[in-house]
Amino acid sequence: MSPDKLAYMANQIANFFRTRPHEEALAGIADHISSFWEPRMRAQFFELLKTDEDKFDPLVREAGTRVRPVSPA
Amino acid sequence: MSLIKETDYGTPASRSEKTVTLTIDGFTVSVPEGTSVMRASAELGIQIPKLCATDMVDAFGSCRLCLVEIEGRRGTPSSCTTPAEDGMVVHTQTGRLKDLRRGVMELYISDHPLDCLTCAANGDCELQDMAGAVGLRDVRYGYEGDNHVKARDGVGGTNALWMPKDETNPYFTYDPSKCIVCSRCVRACEEVQGTFALTISGRGFGSRVSPGMSEDFLASECVSCGACVQACPTATLTEKSVIEIGQPEHSVVTTCAYCGVGCSFKAEMRGEELVRMVPYKDGEANRGHSCVKGRFAYGYAHHQDRILNPMIRDKVTDPWREVSWDEALSFAASRLRSIQEKHGKEAIGVITSSRCTNEETYLVQKLTRAVFGNNNTDTCARVCHSPTGYGLGQTFGTSAGTQNFDSVEQSDVVLVIGANPTDAHPVFGSRLKKRLRQGAKLIVVDPRRTDLVKSPHIRAAHHLALRPGTNVAVVTALAHVIVTEGLTNEAFIRERCDWDEFQDYAEFVSDPAHSPEAVEALTGVPASEMRKAARLYATDGNGAIYYGLGVTEHSQGSTTVIGIANLAMLTGNIGRPGVGVNPLRGQNNVQGSCDMGSFPHELPGYRHVKGAEVRDIFEKAWGVTISDEPGLRIPNMLDAAVDGSFKGLYCQGEDILQSDPDTKHVAAGLAAMDCVIVHDLFLNETANYAHVFLPGSTFLEKDGTFTNAERRINRVRRVMTPKNGYADWEITQMLANAMGGNWNYSHPSEIMDEIAATTPGFAFVTYDMLEQRGSVQWPCNEKVPDGSPIMHVDGFVRGKGRFIRTDYIATDEKTGPRFPLLLTTGRILSQYNVGAQTRRTSNVLWHGQDVLEIHPHDAETRGIKEGDWVKLASRSGETALRATLTDRVSPGVVYTTFHHPDTQANVVTTDFSDWATNCPEYKVTAVQVSPSNGPTDWQERYGEFAAQSRRIEAAE
Repeated sequence: MSPDKLAYMANQIANFFRTRPHEEALAGIADHISSFWEPRMRAQFFELLKTDEDKFDPLVREAGTRVRPVSPA
Repeated sequence: MSLIKETDYGTPASRSEKTVTLTIDGFTVSVPEGTSVMRASAELGIQIPKLCATDMVDAFGSCRLCLVEIEGRRGTPSSCTTPAEDGMVVHTQTGRLKDLRRGVMELYISDHPLDCLTCAANGDCELQDMAGAVGLRDVRYGYEGDNHVKARDGVGGTNALWMPKDETNPYFTYDPSKCIVCSRCVRACEEVQGTFALTISGRGFGSRVSPGMSEDFLASECVSCGACVQACPTATLTEKSVIEIGQPEHSVVTTCAYCGVGCSFKAEMRGEELVRMVPYKDGEANRGHSCVKGRFAYGYAHHQDRILNPMIRDKVTDPWREVSWDEALSFAASRLRSIQEKHGKEAIGVITSSRCTNEETYLVQKLTRAVFGNNNTDTCARVCHSPTGYGLGQTFGTSAGTQNFDSVEQSDVVLVIGANPTDAHPVFGSRLKKRLRQGAKLIVVDPRRTDLVKSPHIRAAHHLALRPGTNVAVVTALAHVIVTEGLTNEAFIRERCDWDEFQDYAEFVSDPAHSPEAVEALTGVPASEMRKAARLYATDGNGAIYYGLGVTEHSQGSTTVIGIANLAMLTGNIGRPGVGVNPLRGQNNVQGSCDMGSFPHELPGYRHVKGAEVRDIFEKAWGVTISDEPGLRIPNMLDAAVDGSFKGLYCQGEDILQSDPDTKHVAAGLAAMDCVIVHDLFLNETANYAHVFLPGSTFLEKDGTFTNAERRINRVRRVMTPKNGYADWEITQMLANAMGGNWNYSHPSEIMDEIAATTPGFAFVTYDMLEQRGSVQWPCNEKVPDGSPIMHVDGFVRGKGRFIRTDYIATDEKTGPRFPLLLTTGRILSQYNVGAQTRRTSNVLWHGQDVLEIHPHDAETRGIKEGDWVKLASRSGETALRATLTDRVSPGVVYTTFHHPDTQANVVTTDFSDWATNCPEYKVTAVQVSPSNGPTDWQERYGEFAAQSRRIEAAE
């Protein structure tokens, strides 16, 4: 999907968890993406975090490392 | 098989727990206090003659046929209006009563035509039965003189008292010459349906049943629910199908395939021909009531558009070619397999149908998990109630709606948010209205003035007409009032909920930024109204929340669901009859399709695929390895298709091109695929992009179960042979086997056994059990062998109820100079979803096209008049339709339905979606409306394309 749309979706998730304590917010965001995003989406997410980090909310950037990695097919 | 005849006890059952004992004709009977003598007698098996009494409506006492004698009492009271009392001694048949009844019947028959042999009610006429029961042998008055029966007066003139038949309603006729003015139809319209469309005009001998102001039925307020037809004891109101075919000879109880209410019907048959659908009184969802869709709109099943043979084509620009089942299935199987070889296992997937049975849905998700080898399965719940799944799951521990429909009878305050039950869930709407007429209070949160806000004998105490997209702000403001004014139920919260989470939430909502005053400018709802509504809900007895897609279909849909759950927990309105959080689900089996593991992250029973123990259950049952990665959701599938990594789709009973948002994006996704298999009754819009068409079967042609919005598992029973040759579950099985699945189900009951064996909430469900009990509400297992009408009775499913903060974040779909209005979309009573079924019935008489509701102020500034063509444009696209001017919508808001493909309201909707579930934001689109000459270029091009795409090559 378009990088903007993917980043937008991740930032929407961050917005929901923003009112939680920091640590809980990071865990919440990472768990949400790990649980509901198909590996293709997570692969694109990791790629974008590397190449175009600025698209993402700081909370997403921080939670990114905790998102379930994509195992090679 | 025989014709199922339910006992008519004459008057409704009493709910009293105190019993009284009386003697009737020498037999002793004990009944709840408040029971009529007529009903007590019927319970003994003694049928007192009656005409104006029927147990769907209150006693009326007008026909004077049900007279009895009671020892110690003077006269001959009517048994329907006389309550049974302790020690009463009743005689139902005495010389005096016999004479009186015969006299009454003689008068009735003296003004009734004697065409019994050729009458449509012959064999099903209570008047005829009663004439027989009282032993009427002669009518001494003759048939001359004043009467309502004959068109001519016998001496050459016309009879002014005679009225011709009213045949305007497409489904039933009104023949005034056969009317005995028992008022059953009038009372059914009032008491059961709650529309008040009928009345008795005139008085004495001049009394007539009158739709509206003596209008014809179609022009009146009548909503064609059929309650009057069912109540009529004669041939005055008769289904046209009965007039055409004759009386049915056997009947089968089954479940309606329209909305999530899941009404039980008797399909009354003559051979394999369906004579009529009659609501089943023992059906626990509908209690004998129906709406125009379930009762009458089944004609699509034999509509000429229905496709009965499998078809394939190489490219979507080719015409369709009819082929054998073998050829179609092997074509589909080899295309899907070759996609997987080239693009990987994950390159194909399925969309399960929320209109098909549980068993069929289970097989479709099994197909992708066990045969395709991935979790790419999704269902239409993605675009309707997926936020319910997330929101209630997080707060209560299960996505289940908490109540049964009967619960509303004990509610004191009903809060309806973003739902329009009188249109979208009509039978529940009628049950709700009945309770409101008894005195329960109503709060409506909706941008539109729906019928519930004000209709005959109903008026909402508060209508919070919020700006679309501000649900979270309103719900949080209601919580603010409850918390800051000390209206919480602290005992409940301490006992049932997580106290720390509550304190955190209380601190959050107490912030003055969440007060009604602070959000008034944003939501457009006066703060004082919000305060009053919050106080009413929190303090006026049993508070029940009912909500619909106006809650879920927003970028903050899941957050609003959480906010609703918070409200119920704050006030202790959970875990008993009369309260609860009730999602009104859209399609007949959307609850079931979610239960059956249609979501890409969950196996049946809402268990995440990452759980090894859960996968293990299914791996053992199916003999395969199941992926532990979530699959693609519908919008993700389309995105992946455009990216080129998703190439094949099996779509059962779902029309994503018309129903999903941002039509152009859906079309681009479908066009990018190499194999789209559409399994449906008709060549729907999605089929324009399909390579394989597998003809589906209707609910009349197969066995299975549907699960309605109250988690009730109801049987669907086959009443005729599938016109397309196979039930849908058989077709999915054939496709699976063409791909090496090696499945051997010979009946849907075997599929249910597999579901029960693998899914804890269904552990005790079997077809035998459903045969005995009629229906059961899940969970139904060792802990709750009789099922669960009410959830969270002794505590929440997750343990402690969890409060979660609900911060309002405005949607990015914002109005501005180019798009200054907000469009919200919805449904109408006579049509269903994309209209594929209802558009192919006479229901189009009520709604033949989608129209745009616009406020007169907005119309005037744009030079738009009633009935004008207007162009509706958004950032995504534009379409044209006719406008209607109404103050149902506020200035700044416009509204339309999405039932017609030539309008395609979803060309306009955007791809914004719920943050948690990707449920599309249908309910908020910034638009502009301008005068137009007719359909847009896009509509014309699409119309041509659709016609091209539906060509079928003549068979050789």
